[in-house]
Amino acid sequence: MKRLLQTLLILAAIGPMTGLAAKDIELLNVSYDPTRELYQDVNQEFAAQWQKQTGDTVTVSASHGGSGKQARAVIDGLAADVVTLALSFDIDAIADKAKLLAADWQSKRPNRSAPYTSTIVFLVRKGNPKAIKDWQDLAKPGLSVITPNPKTSGGARWNYLAAWAWAKRHFNGDEAAIKTYLAGLFANVPILDTGARGSTTTFASRRIGDVLISWENEAHLVLAQQPGQFEIIVPSLSILAEPPVALVDKVVDRKGTRAVASAYLDFLYSDRGQQLAAKHHFRPSRPDVVDAALLGKFPALELVQIDQEFGGWAAAQKGHFTDGGSFDQVIAQSQSR
Amino acid sequence: MPGFGLSLGWTLTWLSLLVLLPLAALLIGALGLSVQEWVGIVRDARVQHALGLSFLTALIAALINVPIGLLISWVLVRYRFPGRLLVEALVDLPFALPTAVAGIALTALYAPTGWLGEPLSQLGVQIAYTPLGIVMALIFVGLPFTIRTVQPVLEQLSREHEEAAATLGASRWQTVRKVLLPQLRPALLTGFTLAFARGVGEYGSVIFIAGNLPKVSEIAPLLIVIKLEEFNYQGAMAIAVLMLLGSFVALFLLNLLHKRWSRGLVN
Repeated sequence: MKRLLQTLLILAAIGPMTGLAAKDIELLNVSYDPTRELYQDVNQEFAAQWQKQTGDTVTVSASHGGSGKQARAVIDGLAADVVTLALSFDIDAIADKAKLLAADWQSKRPNRSAPYTSTIVFLVRKGNPKAIKDWQDLAKPGLSVITPNPKTSGGARWNYLAAWAWAKRHFNGDEAAIKTYLAGLFANVPILDTGARGSTTTFASRRIGDVLISWENEAHLVLAQQPGQFEIIVPSLSILAEPPVALVDKVVDRKGTRAVASAYLDFLYSDRGQQLAAKHHFRPSRPDVVDAALLGKFPALELVQIDQEFGGWAAAQKGHFTDGGSFDQVIAQSQSR
Repeated sequence: MPGFGLSLGWTLTWLSLLVLLPLAALLIGALGLSVQEWVGIVRDARVQHALGLSFLTALIAALINVPIGLLISWVLVRYRFPGRLLVEALVDLPFALPTAVAGIALTALYAPTGWLGEPLSQLGVQIAYTPLGIVMALIFVGLPFTIRTVQPVLEQLSREHEEAAATLGASRWQTVRKVLLPQLRPALLTGFTLAFARGVGEYGSVIFIAGNLPKVSEIAPLLIVIKLEEFNYQGAMAIAVLMLLGSFVALFLLNLLHKRWSRGLVN
């Protein structure tokens, strides 16, 4: 009996040192819709790397859905270790309403916490039968434009702001002209799906519309899945979409997963993480570490930034997408035509 | 009645936990709004249109479901044909199907590229992405309610009544109108009520086929989701309370009617 106790004591003492007691760790990454394929790869490779480094087994599960809906789930108690959402406004809401992370979360990681970026492009049918080249073409009468509803979709808000930024330059900041242009555009929209994936389905599978305003990564995904039927048109100007990532401080501290969750986010910035992002059609923030062959699909174009152009997400949200904001005015104007 | 106190206690407890508490939370959440905000929400043209559309399409779909449900129940009760059990099982499917799946299937069918949508669009009829599409979706999710409420009543009606009516010289149509329908009326009304109530709040199957254009094909549940998406919980609860009020008034009136008709049956 004494001997057994001794053995146990010795084991208890050396166990943690030798790493005999490998741990099983579970992480939850709450993300948005179009990152599904990316995180399948990332989660697998990160788990393999972590096991090699520490001997611990980590299983990362990813939850996908509309970005705003996902933020709300975290606010309401979904125990996410990390959030990787479509726009910083949604993570701001988590910091603001549930106080699960600090308000200055965005300054904690390089590149304003966006390991990869994307932009908004046009997807048209093969041969571009309606000869769509730039934003002005989308407001022409007789065209059918597919975009999701900015009220329910983060992607649609990027779409709207990209169109706004282009019009602001085109009409020299004349707000009435900008709104008239956007009213023309939305008069061409026959269906407002609730999310970006829904719009992609409407355009690509139901074959409705002449042009889809889309995330660049989503457009490439469609090209890869249905080859030979569509082409991507890059407008003269678009918006730099920064899908940010953040550690949910209160959750990782409660679960004791801070180290591994932090390493998970760092992995996205690593050479391998950047390579995976580019493979899944997101623009890497460190293109220098990515194969040149993967970078060819990202043409250079003028990209405006949300902070400089719109004074940040909070201001953009308030001015454009709340009740009575510019989007509501544009819709009202498009219907009174 | 032995044990009445206990069972009443349990009933009230569970009813409170499952139904009354969530409803109270909804009301309290919406009470945080000022009178002005309430007036603003009630007078908002978009809110009015969405509520009107939700109630109107639910009403139309429920009205269509009553005769179709009656017909299907009649066939299932009165005839024996090969595959009848299969049809019986099919009837319940809309209950079990995730409504989003139903929505996607219906959209695929009625979209201008779909099996039915393509020939229809050549005739100039568009169903998907119009209020007509909403009605189709609501008929689909509401149909089992009318069938399943009418069917058991039909099964209990003995044929002797009809035969008696026939021997007294009633035509077939007179028998249906004067003998069968009065007895079926309460069940038909219940089926109608259930289908209507289901349709008013239906979200999953509708958003895919509706088109979701503000003031054209935007349903009230979508407006609630939009408010939630803006983290505007109070605004969402306010519209939800308006919907609850509308449904409550409608259901209350239907219950009054139900009571009157049931009494008429006994006399």
